[in-house]
Amino acid sequence: MTALRQKVLVLYLKSSALDSPVTAWAQYDGTGQTLHMAGDEDEPPYPTGVAALKDGWRLFQASQLLPHARGEEFDLAYLKYEFLFEQLMEVDR
Amino acid sequence: MTEPLRLTTREVATFVARGFLRFDAAVLAEINEQFLEEAGRIRDPRPGERVHRIHAEALAKARIPEVAPGAPLFEAYPPESALGRLMRLPRVAGGFRSLLGEAPVFDHHFLHVTFPPKFHAAASRENVSQNTHQDSTIDPGAGFDVQLMYFPHAVTREMGGTRFTPGTHLHKVSEAAIGRYQNMVGQQHMVCEAGTLLFLHHGIWHGGGVNHADQARYMFKIRAHASTRQTRCWNLEDLPRRNARRPIFFTKSAPEPDTIETILTTPEPWFEFDTGRLEFVNRIKLWRYMTEDPAYDADYWLTRLEATPEAQAAR
Repeated sequence: MTALRQKVLVLYLKSSALDSPVTAWAQYDGTGQTLHMAGDEDEPPYPTGVAALKDGWRLFQASQLLPHARGEEFDLAYLKYEFLFEQLMEVDR
Repeated sequence: MTEPLRLTTREVATFVARGFLRFDAAVLAEINEQFLEEAGRIRDPRPGERVHRIHAEALAKARIPEVAPGAPLFEAYPPESALGRLMRLPRVAGGFRSLLGEAPVFDHHFLHVTFPPKFHAAASRENVSQNTHQDSTIDPGAGFDVQLMYFPHAVTREMGGTRFTPGTHLHKVSEAAIGRYQNMVGQQHMVCEAGTLLFLHHGIWHGGGVNHADQARYMFKIRAHASTRQTRCWNLEDLPRRNARRPIFFTKSAPEPDTIETILTTPEPWFEFDTGRLEFVNRIKLWRYMTEDPAYDADYWLTRLEATPEAQAAR
């Protein structure tokens, strides 16, 4: 008996272009086979978002491009270009 | 007391640009040993015992005083205690005074202990790192607090080390909201000799690394804020009287290293293409604040924004 579990890859890129370089990343493994955590890798798993697509990751969400609030145009806050990918894995139940 | 060792202009510019200053093996071995003795040893876990209970017990037993916020920083510790001696070191006293003025005020301190795998195994818990966070409550002001991280013993990569990402300190975020940022290009892990010090802008993104070694890892953090002017308090002898306006974009040679302008406009590898410019803008604003020079600019980044027809007409 098998079931599907989700693996999630979060990539932060240098721009909204999916082929721009990765600046930050996170991974979560719903199969429980691997455990990812903050600070566990110093090199990104892929050089760009497109490289993740080529390796079989499916993009399911990208951050919006929002207008800049008046008076806050030059403020810095969260990383802007967030892309969420998934892989569905078969696991034994 | 020995005269405080004030920071240089380039050190302060580096702090403004990158959010930290690191001084390796800056604390005398005898102070490190005294501190570890006063902090106390961590006892072995009992089966099923949670790590936070052992940590709380260690804090209660440690010969490190409780200190209420608002105390004068340099009076927070008994003079002959390890922390009292630490605070009198010229590098420590000079670092705090350079960034926070003559009368820094104690905010809080904490003995961070990162436990080896056997403690987590005893509690049947996963041994994981601390999520990335900023020690903030969303802090929109221009000024900043300073956090001193003191590493009293040598830290190996296996022991995890405090992780931080240079240059993140000017981002206005809400504490643990950035927990999803597991890794960033350019992040650093504190692998260091005993007695190493990190002076941090309080906004820098950081987290405790997971400890895979046999030995508990200690890091003592002291946070302080200014109660007087925190600007122009370092050794100003090397502060250039006028900033150099140098050619930009179309240049025929690499920029002169180590100038204030080069320090303020050197990107971090994680900078985004477009907001990398905003990073420079915010660094220059902080440098204006620190130098009390509202006309300062580096490479025209703020002049370009300010020289609008509307601004010219308003003059």
